[in-house]
Amino acid sequence: MHMSDGLLNAGTSVLFGAVAVIGVAVAMAGSRRDLDDRTAPLAGLVAAFVFAAQMLNFPVLPGVSGHLLGGALAAILVGPWVGALCVTIVLVIQSLLFADGGLTALGANVTNMALIGTVVGYVVAVALRGLARRSRAGLVGVAFVAAFVNTVVASAGFVLEFAIGGDAGGVSFGGVAGTVLGVHCLIGIGEGVITALTVGAVASVRPDLVYLLRGNEKPLEIREGARHE
Amino acid sequence: MSDAKRRGLTVFFAGFAFVALVLAGAVSYLADSDPDGLDHATQKGCTVSEVDGKEQLDGQCVAQSAKDHALADGPMADYKPGGSDGLTGLAGVVGVVATFAVAGGLFWLLRKRSDRPEPSSET
Repeated sequence: MHMSDGLLNAGTSVLFGAVAVIGVAVAMAGSRRDLDDRTAPLAGLVAAFVFAAQMLNFPVLPGVSGHLLGGALAAILVGPWVGALCVTIVLVIQSLLFADGGLTALGANVTNMALIGTVVGYVVAVALRGLARRSRAGLVGVAFVAAFVNTVVASAGFVLEFAIGGDAGGVSFGGVAGTVLGVHCLIGIGEGVITALTVGAVASVRPDLVYLLRGNEKPLEIREGARHE
Repeated sequence: MSDAKRRGLTVFFAGFAFVALVLAGAVSYLADSDPDGLDHATQKGCTVSEVDGKEQLDGQCVAQSAKDHALADGPMADYKPGGSDGLTGLAGVVGVVATFAVAGGLFWLLRKRSDRPEPSSET
C-alpha cells in the first residue's frame, strides 16, 4: 500500500509529512517505558519480520495482490508506540534502499501504515483484550480482527489524503475510493491470517513476550517473575 | 534473569531472526508480482505495458500523475540488485539485516537501563 510520489500535491505531502514527524516523535517518547534489555532486541526483530513479511505479496483477486502492513502485529507484540516505530523504520528502509514508496509520499505512507494502522489495530486489540487473555484461540482471533481493521482503516487514510490533495486525473474519485477500500477488505483477511499465525506462534513459545497479554501490575512485574522461577 | 532463562530468550530471538531471513531470502521468490491493492486502484482505467523495462501507462488513471522514484536507479531499487529479478532474495536478506540494525539500534538506545538500579531482584 505504498504511495508513489506525485499522487498527492505538494501541500498535502508536506501536511502529512508533518503529521508523520509529530506522530513518530510522540511514539519515541511513549516507547521509552516499553523498552528494556529484553524488549529492545525483540522489537528490532519484529521490525525485521515486518520487513520480510511485507515482501510476500499474496493474491487477492485475479491480477491484484496485497501484502501485510504489520501495524496490528507489531502493536500486539511490542506495544503501540514501539510498534509504530517498527513499521516507520520498515517504510523508511523500503523507500531509501529499495525505491519502494515515494520520498515525498513517505509522510503519508508513514501516517497510513505506521501511525493509523498501528494505533487502530492496537485499540481494537485492547478493546478485545479480555478475550485474548482467556485462551490461545481468543488471542489468535483478536489478532485476526485487529489486523483486519488495521488494514481497512489504513487504506481509508489513503482515501482521506487523496480527497484532500490528490489528482484524480479525470477518473471518478468515488470509483478510486471504492476500489481501494473494497480491495483492502480482502487484503485485510490476509493481514489477519498472517498476524494471527505470527502472534499465535510467539504466544505458544513465549507468551511473556506478548505485549497485549502483559498485566497492568507494572511495578510488581520484576518480583512476580522472580517468584515463579 | 537466570542463565537458563536468558539462554531460552537467545534461542527464541535466533529462531525469530531465522524465520525473517527465510521469508525475505527464499519465500519472497513465491510472492505474487501483480500490483497491490493501491496500485491496482490507481492504475484502473489504464493499460499497463512494459517498454524498455519501464512501466508504461496508457489511458486515464490516477497513476498517470505518479512520478518515478528519485532513487529508482539505486543499486537495489525494486528489490532487484543490479536489475536482476533472480537476486530478490539477496535484497530481502539485506533489507532484513538493515531493518534489524536500524530498529534494534534505535530501540537499544531508547531502552530503560536495567543494569544500574535493581534493588529487589539481586537477592
